[in-house]
Amino acid sequence: MKTDDFLKSSCGWLKGTGQYGDIVISSRIRLARNLKDFHFEARLNQAKAKELIKRLEEAVHSCNYLKKALFVRFSELSELDKQLLLERHLISREHSLGKGERAVCISENEIVSIMVVEEDHLRMQVLQSGFSLSEAWRILSQIDSELERFLEYAFDSQLGYLTACPTNVGTGLRASTMLHLPALIMTKEINKILQALAKLNLASRGFYGEGTQASGNFFQFSNQITLGHSEEDIIDNLERVLRQVIEHEKEARLMLFKKRRGMLEDQIWRALGTLKSARIISSQETISLLSLVRLGLDLGLVAGLDVQKLNDLFLLIQPAHLQKLFGKELSAAERDSKRAELIRSHLKSIVLV
Amino acid sequence: MICNVCGKKEATIHLTEIVNNQAMEMHLCEECAKEKGTELKGPFSFKDLLTGLADFSQALNQTGAEELKCPSCGLTYKAFGKGGRLGCSGCYRAFAKLLLPLIKRVQGSTQHVGKRPEKLSPAVKSQVESRKLQEELQRAVQAEDFERAAQLRDEIKALAEKVKSPRKKDPKKK
Repeated sequence: MKTDDFLKSSCGWLKGTGQYGDIVISSRIRLARNLKDFHFEARLNQAKAKELIKRLEEAVHSCNYLKKALFVRFSELSELDKQLLLERHLISREHSLGKGERAVCISENEIVSIMVVEEDHLRMQVLQSGFSLSEAWRILSQIDSELERFLEYAFDSQLGYLTACPTNVGTGLRASTMLHLPALIMTKEINKILQALAKLNLASRGFYGEGTQASGNFFQFSNQITLGHSEEDIIDNLERVLRQVIEHEKEARLMLFKKRRGMLEDQIWRALGTLKSARIISSQETISLLSLVRLGLDLGLVAGLDVQKLNDLFLLIQPAHLQKLFGKELSAAERDSKRAELIRSHLKSIVLV
Repeated sequence: MICNVCGKKEATIHLTEIVNNQAMEMHLCEECAKEKGTELKGPFSFKDLLTGLADFSQALNQTGAEELKCPSCGLTYKAFGKGGRLGCSGCYRAFAKLLLPLIKRVQGSTQHVGKRPEKLSPAVKSQVESRKLQEELQRAVQAEDFERAAQLRDEIKALAEKVKSPRKKDPKKK
C-alpha cells in the first residue's frame, strides 16, 4: 500500500517554514465543487458514485499538476490507512467515516489533496507551511481551472458554485490557517480575540477542523461566508485580521519573555521534564506539552533540537502513525507507552539542566 | 493542579474548549477525562446553526412547505430541514422561495461574485452577462448617465432576444 510511503517523509505543511513560521503552522484553501450531472452525496447511489469516481480519476490524471498524484479508492484502504491520512490532514473526519464509494487524490508532496465524494463531490485543498493563503489559492485555482476542462461543474449565474450545504454556496471556498497561540492563552487575551473574530464572521476551531476542540494552544481560523465576496477578497480579509492576531501573539510572547521569564522557563522546562521522563502518555497531553517546547524553541529558551524534528513529533505520536511506525496494531494502553518511548528517543538531544 | 471534576487527583489533561466563542479552561485527571471524553461539547457546527435558524422553522411551518419536493432528486424540504444538506443542484431551484431568504441570512448576500467556470452552458453564460449589464445599468441610472443607461437597456434587450431565438444567425457574420 502506497500510503505507507507517507511515513517516510514529513508533511510539507509541518516544515515550520514560511512567513510567520513561528506562529502560523499552516495555511489551507479548500474548494467545494459538484458535478452538474450527478446528485449530491446524500442522494447519490453507489453505482453513480462509482461512475463519478472513475470520471474524476480520468480528469485528475489529465491534469498537469496531478499527473504523478496518488489516486486511491477507499475500498483499497484499511481503517488504519484512513486514520493515517486523517492525522496528516489529507482527508477530513467526515470523509474517513463515510460509508460507500469514496476516493482521495493526493499529490506527491502532500500539498494538494482532493477528497472525492465527501459532503460535496469534490473537496480539494492546498495545504502549506506558514502564512501563505494567497499562494495556496493561486495553486488551487489553477488546478480547479484545469479540472474544469474535463468536468462540468454545477454552477448557477446567481448563486455561483452549487454545494450540498448552502453555507458553502458561491465560491465554495474556505480559507483557514492554524495558529499556535500559547502566549495569548497564558496572558488570557485569547477570549477577547475569539469574540472579536466571531463579530467579523470568522470561525474558530480546533486542531482537526470542524467539530474538534482546541488542543495544545492550536487554533484554526477560517472564513464563514462564501457568497457575495470574491475569492481574493475573502482571503485578503482573513489575512488582514490574522496579521493582527499574529502581532498580538508576538507582543504577548515578548511581554512574557521580558516580565515573566521565570514562569515561562519553569513551564517550558517542566514540560520537557515530563516528556523526557514519562513512561505512559496520551496524545492529548503530549500535544499540550510539545506546544510549550515549541514555544521554548521559538523564544530561544530551549536549544539542541530543530523545529522540523519537533514538528514531526506532533504527527508521529498520533495513534495511526504510532501503529504504522511500530508495525502492529496497538491498544490504547500500549500506544500510551510506545508513545512515551518514541518521545524519549526523539528528545534525547536535549539535556535537562 | 487538581482535577476540576473529582477535585482529588492531579490534573494531567488541560483542555481549552471554545464554547460560544469563549475559551474555557478545564483541568482534568486521566480518569475523569476518559469518562468525560465523549461528553465534551465541541464547538457548534454550522449545520446545527443553520437548521436552528428561526426563519428556517418558520418557513417549514408555511402551508405546503413540508410537502415541497425537488422534482429532480426527490428530496423533500422537510428532509433538508433535518439533514441540512441538499440533494442535487435542482434543489436550489425547487426550494428557491424558501432557500433564498435563508441564504441571505446566513451569507449576507444572494449574488455570487468571483470565479466562474470558463466552460458555461450558453444559457448560464447569457444570464451572467445580462446580470452584469443590469448592475451596470443601475449604476448608470444612479450616476444620472442616461445616455449610457439607454445603451445598456438596448443591450439587455438584444441579449434577451438572442436567448429566445438562439438559432438565428448574426446577420453581420458571413
